[in-house]
Amino acid sequence: MMSDFSFQRAKTPKEAVILLGLHKDNKVIGGGTNLLDMMKEGMTDSHEIIDINRMGLNKIIRNEDGGFLIGASVTNTDLAYHKEIEKHYPLLSKAILKGASPQIRNMATTAGNMLQRTRCYYFYDTATPCNKRNPGSGCPAKTGVNHIHAILGASESCIAVHPSDMCVALAALDAKVHIQGAKAEKIIPFVAFHKLPGNTPHLDNILAHDEIITGVELPANGFAKHHAYVKARERNSYAFALASAAVGYELNDNLLGDVRIALGGVAHKPWRNTEAEIFLKGKLPTKDNFRKAAEIILEGARGYGQNDFKIELAKRVVVRALEMAINNEVQL
Amino acid sequence: MNLSEKPTHSLILKINGTDTILKIKPWTSLLDGLREYAGLSGTKKGCDHGQCGACTVLVDGKRINSCLTLAVMHDGHEITTIEGLGTLENLHPLQAAFVEHDAFQCGYCTPGQICSAVGLMNEGKVKTEDDLREMMSGNLCRCGAYSNIFDAVKEVINHKTGVLL
Ligand SMILES: Cc1cc2nc3c(=O)[nH]c(=O)nc-3n(C[C@H](O)[C@H](O)[C@H](O)COP(=O)(O)OP(=O)(O)OC[C@H]3O[C@@H](n4cnc5c(N)ncnc54)[C@H](O)[C@@H]3O)c2cc1C
Ligand code: SF4
Ligand code: FES
Ligand code: FES
Repeated sequence: MMSDFSFQRAKTPKEAVILLGLHKDNKVIGGGTNLLDMMKEGMTDSHEIIDINRMGLNKIIRNEDGGFLIGASVTNTDLAYHKEIEKHYPLLSKAILKGASPQIRNMATTAGNMLQRTRCYYFYDTATPCNKRNPGSGCPAKTGVNHIHAILGASESCIAVHPSDMCVALAALDAKVHIQGAKAEKIIPFVAFHKLPGNTPHLDNILAHDEIITGVELPANGFAKHHAYVKARERNSYAFALASAAVGYELNDNLLGDVRIALGGVAHKPWRNTEAEIFLKGKLPTKDNFRKAAEIILEGARGYGQNDFKIELAKRVVVRALEMAINNEVQL
Repeated sequence: MNLSEKPTHSLILKINGTDTILKIKPWTSLLDGLREYAGLSGTKKGCDHGQCGACTVLVDGKRINSCLTLAVMHDGHEITTIEGLGTLENLHPLQAAFVEHDAFQCGYCTPGQICSAVGLMNEGKVKTEDDLREMMSGNLCRCGAYSNIFDAVKEVINHKTGVLL
């Protein structure tokens, strides 16, 4: 049963932000695929739901620098199949199409996807403690059912992972997030948007209550020539990642140039490790070098019992993705 | 049952070609709006959490899970449900193919499967058998009629588009 809330439609981002500020439980809705799911579980209260889907943020615009601005309300389907995105940012298209189902992708929005919450079972089960849902109550996942949980960047208070596929590609592509605040607009790097849990696991990202995402900006380089998205999961479709990797690089005279590697399903945010990227720069694209880069990324990884397997799995996913990117192979 | 003070919304949905006025509370899902307020019980509630596809309907020609969206968000939209696809005398090609291929056992997932397949054909992205399996993966079948569902949809795609999977 969903809570008792009122509904209205915002006409502009500024109006949406003002409406949000009126009550601590006011919420904007994109596709609703995560928000309504959580409301039905009784995990979150809503005072007013503000529909932001009719504010004109459903467009993909080409910027002067050759990059693109994706409106917050663009659906995952429209983004993945957009002709220019398929051509210049195939890594993004492929990552999105590995997520959820066609029906959900038709509903899910760009901003909503970024703001989806973890799939940690305890988080959804209101009968159990959970620091993310109820700060200070504890984290049963650490010693419980944790085969889907984090191996990198976790804290004593939370070992949850961010479940998005799209965000892994956006992290690799060095996208930027456009935010409308109560007073001003701001633009921040995508990699600085999501947070590690630390001792504030209830906060997934840096967005304030009275701020909304208006769009995501893609820089001109989409690594279309050499890229791959590899997702390991418990069934081959319609399941969240146990580990995934979005990679892109330049290859000149068989030497690696700029390299991007982002991992999904292993941490509280899409995981980048620039040390490994720099290690590969100027090197040959060999399995051996790729494995060394994977070792650098997973250095310091820690399992919690059931998820120990993820450490080796993540390394293999990284190596596989880097190998597939040589010829832009597609994971079936 | 409902003692809420929150205002009731009056909205117009074009359901299966007919403008239909629904007077509902904001938290009514599109699925509940269709089943409980528009009297169209063909669309099924399986999980109510986006995990099974039983509630699949078409909004402006696109397939969605009607359980994870609010009816009020669809004011002015065109909704197609299983009731809008064919008649007993004149079945939709997918309905006919499901009958012919025995693509169900209990039939509970069938309205969702068929609406999903209509959406899939509107999208036009399926080129191979693997694509078809992947693009129908948002619809679970508790009875495991998958292979016959696959055959039914494949036949209609081949017939309609001439693309041989
Ligand atoms: C069965 C199932 C399987 C799934 N599998 C996958 C998968 O394999 N991979 C994957 O990546 N995802 C998966 N998902 C998750 C899905 O991708 C997300 O639910 C979806 O992307 C959320 O987008 P939305 O627009 O529906 O968000 P909503 O539910 O509308 O919103 C989510 C949150 O974001 C807030 N919000 C929305 N828009 C804005 C904005 N512009 N500014 C500020 N706040 C905003 C809302 O208030 C809410 O808190 C799955 C979901 C389901 C139900
Ligand atoms: S891992 Fe995080 S979300 Fe899961 S139970 Fe622990 S605190 Fe809650
Ligand atoms: S009832 Fe909507 S997806 Fe299961
Ligand atoms: S026919 Fe019974 S669930 Fe599919």
